[in-house]
Amino acid sequence: MLEALTAAIANLATVEHVLFLGVGVVLGLTVGVFPGLGGIAGLSLLMPFLYGMDTVSALAMLIGLVAVIPTSDTFTSVLMGIPGSSASQATVLDGFPLSQQGEAARALAAAFGASLCGGLVGALILTFFVQIARPLILTFGSAELFMLAVLGLSMVGVLSGSGLWKGLAAAGLGMTIGSIGAAPATGEFRITFGIDYLYDGLPLVVVGIGLFAFPEIIDLLRKGRPIASGGRLTGSWANGLRDLVRHWALCLRCSALGTIIGAIPGLGGTVVDWIAYGHVVQVAKDKSRFGKGDIRGVLAPESANNAKEGGGLMPTLLFGIPGSGAMAVFLGGMVLLGIEAGPAMVSSDLDLTYTIVWSLALANVLGAGLCIVLARPIARLTTLPFNYLAPFMIVAISFAAFQATRDLMDLAALLGIGAIGVVLKRFAWSRPAFLIGFVLAPQAEGYLNLAAQFYGWQMLLRPGVLIILAITVVSIFLGARQARRGPATVLADGNVSGDGAAGGTGAAGGAAAIRAAGAANGSGAPVDPRPQLVFVALVAAIVAYAVASSLQRSPLAWMFPVIIGIATLLACLAIGGLLAFGGPGSKLNFDAEQASGTAAGSTISAQFAWIAGFVAATALAGFVIASALWLALFLRLRAGAGIVRAVLLAAAASLGFLAVESLLVVELPRGLVQVWWGSVL
Amino acid sequence: MKQASRRDVLGAALAALALPGANLRAADFSGRVIEMLIPFKEGGGSDTWGRFNAPYLSRYLPGRPTVVVRNVPGGGSITGANRFAARARPDGLTVLGTSASTQFPYLMGDPRVRYDYRDWRVLMAYGTGGVVYVSSRLGITDHTGLARIAAEPLLYGSQGPTSLDLVPVLAFKLLGLNVRTIFGISGRGAGRLAFERGELNIDYQTSTAYLRNVVPLIEQGDAVPLFSWGTLDGEGRLVRDPSFPDLPHFGEVYEAVHGRAPSGIAWESWFAFFTAGFPAQKLLVAPSDTPDDIVLAYEDAVRAYRRDPEYLAGKPAALGAYEQVTGAAAQTIYELATDVPESAIAWVRDWLRDDFRVSLEG
Repeated sequence: MLEALTAAIANLATVEHVLFLGVGVVLGLTVGVFPGLGGIAGLSLLMPFLYGMDTVSALAMLIGLVAVIPTSDTFTSVLMGIPGSSASQATVLDGFPLSQQGEAARALAAAFGASLCGGLVGALILTFFVQIARPLILTFGSAELFMLAVLGLSMVGVLSGSGLWKGLAAAGLGMTIGSIGAAPATGEFRITFGIDYLYDGLPLVVVGIGLFAFPEIIDLLRKGRPIASGGRLTGSWANGLRDLVRHWALCLRCSALGTIIGAIPGLGGTVVDWIAYGHVVQVAKDKSRFGKGDIRGVLAPESANNAKEGGGLMPTLLFGIPGSGAMAVFLGGMVLLGIEAGPAMVSSDLDLTYTIVWSLALANVLGAGLCIVLARPIARLTTLPFNYLAPFMIVAISFAAFQATRDLMDLAALLGIGAIGVVLKRFAWSRPAFLIGFVLAPQAEGYLNLAAQFYGWQMLLRPGVLIILAITVVSIFLGARQARRGPATVLADGNVSGDGAAGGTGAAGGAAAIRAAGAANGSGAPVDPRPQLVFVALVAAIVAYAVASSLQRSPLAWMFPVIIGIATLLACLAIGGLLAFGGPGSKLNFDAEQASGTAAGSTISAQFAWIAGFVAATALAGFVIASALWLALFLRLRAGAGIVRAVLLAAAASLGFLAVESLLVVELPRGLVQVWWGSVL
Repeated sequence: MKQASRRDVLGAALAALALPGANLRAADFSGRVIEMLIPFKEGGGSDTWGRFNAPYLSRYLPGRPTVVVRNVPGGGSITGANRFAARARPDGLTVLGTSASTQFPYLMGDPRVRYDYRDWRVLMAYGTGGVVYVSSRLGITDHTGLARIAAEPLLYGSQGPTSLDLVPVLAFKLLGLNVRTIFGISGRGAGRLAFERGELNIDYQTSTAYLRNVVPLIEQGDAVPLFSWGTLDGEGRLVRDPSFPDLPHFGEVYEAVHGRAPSGIAWESWFAFFTAGFPAQKLLVAPSDTPDDIVLAYEDAVRAYRRDPEYLAGKPAALGAYEQVTGAAAQTIYELATDVPESAIAWVRDWLRDDFRVSLEG
């Protein structure tokens, strides 16, 4: 081991290696800041150059790219609330509210510092872990993976706080929507509404952006002021690094957590950041600031998700089984370079494994360092007048959503999920709970199906299952205890940001507003529960359709969605009952439209119409033309820009997209005009 | 080296002159961008295949066009193939790399399929093989032991009843093995992992994956190879796989178990889906009205770069031992793979419905 380690260090310490690593890092960061593009686009961009390069340099470039994937997308998550990939969804929860409070630079620096910590700790753990990784990974069978999915789902309890019924219903709705498409067991299609696009289920990126970024953009458009509420930056990056030092133990724990969970093939990285986030909420003494800009809510998921990439190397290198999309491309690159994954990576090729592990760590240092330097200037984006920033963000999230499957339906799905996100936010249903349900439904169903076939009830006797079960029970117990303690101590019903910022620095967050809704806010008028009842009925109708649609399939295909569906319907019934008969002062009864007095100014539907207009224009004229015209129109009419200025800005953006299209071989949506033009030619 | 390449060029030029019509209008892609549509995500087998070939096509097609790979994933490749069928023009500037997962739904009449293989021309075909292996704990050392474990419950992990895994599942049924099929394995790699964990005790891997990942297990004494699927000779007959000359092919094992040469509708169905799934696994196609000169340009390019030393050096890692074929050889397996008798398809549908209660409607 020591010998291999010294050989690896000798490999690492060459100028050439560091140089190519740096090239990979810069390339990865450049591509990675585009939300939705992430590192996979960068990796496939790099692929053609790998042929013919020598192994060590090519490998260094590959690793440089992979390492910074979860780093670069932090920019959009924190600054704009746009989760660019699954790795940064939990970061949005507290990162974006911090930006709204003018602390973007501090949040970014903390995030990158945590990424750095995650990368280094991950490499350190892996150096020893690699020796026992093979047998340990083999102990994680389908039963254990199912239990891990359940553990992830139990975080719903923590993340929905006092509105437990609403959290459960949101998670149930998320799981139902996550069950759309092919049943894991049989490949039969269900809940597809007869739409081809839904046969594959909805893409995670679209759901993440629709749930989190979309409602925030609408909210900010209505208020028409910069993301940072004061229009200026208060926190500095030094503060962020100080936060990191203050919470060093938390970062270490979450890094270790990320490494180990990332090393388990099958769950990939999808749950890591949520488990880390749930963990920090559980152990924190003062929970009142989570969801409204608690720096710990940024540190925990960010340290976990960079460590996860290192962990993900283990199944990739030792078994040839990639844990994520990025690792799949990495494995593809390894194959092209003639490096064979397998048991030899811990014996004769151990030095190569160490080279890879520590290159990853070094790339993290380079990437995070670069990002920290850039944090302050880039954070200035949050001080721009929102009517200037918003149209570009709308175009950017459309671009990101479209990269999911490169189908115009991606944009339609974005509008649909965006609408759900807006309503969930308005009625304070937990959006994280929805997302966790969505992410984990297919995993839970797939592994339950396998575990039931392999082990039956015997699976409850497996030690691994018992250990995870125990952790889950403790987690649920802690969640329940928080719920009993009342609303002031918990995440404001996943009310990620808007209301917090509306009250200046977040004093009037969702939970507080719930209590005060009837009495303190407005003129003391009770909250009319009827809009909420309509929404509950709508959710129930969607779920009922899903149940009916699934029942037409074979038992292995309907079992899971039907059980989830019935549970969700029960939760809907409970919410409906409490809303209808619990009186206006009920804890559940919350409607942001009636509580915070934001009804003044333009309406939600007006903002929605602008975004829908862009999507429609894209379907008609294609992305480039639509974005040029729509941006000019928006800047002129909404931002009040002069004609010349509006046209120049719009043209610059469109040219930028054209450049991205040709440089990165990325596809942009084509509209009817292009299709017609194509058939004419 | 230089000598040889000059002779190649001369040979190619002579061949082009000798071919009637070929010199009337030679395809030229100077300054053009050719889009190779891969209907799968980045990083998978098809993507690797496409990206391996793209630079060579670029170098050897007349006019040295830029060849880019465009991934259009979705619907297990149906989305991308549909898009190709709707949009591609017969100018050789858009080509599609299909896979077994593009052919199976087509054969099974999946309602989402809006493409027809009869509308396409094959430019190149690339096949693979596969090897079936079992856990050494079963106590047998080769396929002759199968009779002894006929009653033993075997567990096989399938990606789904209508996936490529229907070939092994049907093979086990034809051999009369007592195999319980576990559905819902997320990929062949996941199946192998479950085998290594001891959750499964019979599995197969495609040739490259077998050589890379299963041979070490055999050397450790954990796994025992039984047979390969075999491969097709020039006339479309099942023969031993040259990558595994010591292993019997599936037809031989069938004969050993049943005491007669394979025949019957069940066998024919297996053979049809095997052909679509393995020897004709990856096809590079263009719309059917693509002019001959363009098709010929592609075929010549493939034939030429198959001798490129760089290609030869990179191929074993990227593609394995099998050759990428063009012309008549490609046409033969193309037809075998896509022209499956209706009776075989009907039989497979009935079998899936009766044995697994799977309905194929959307």
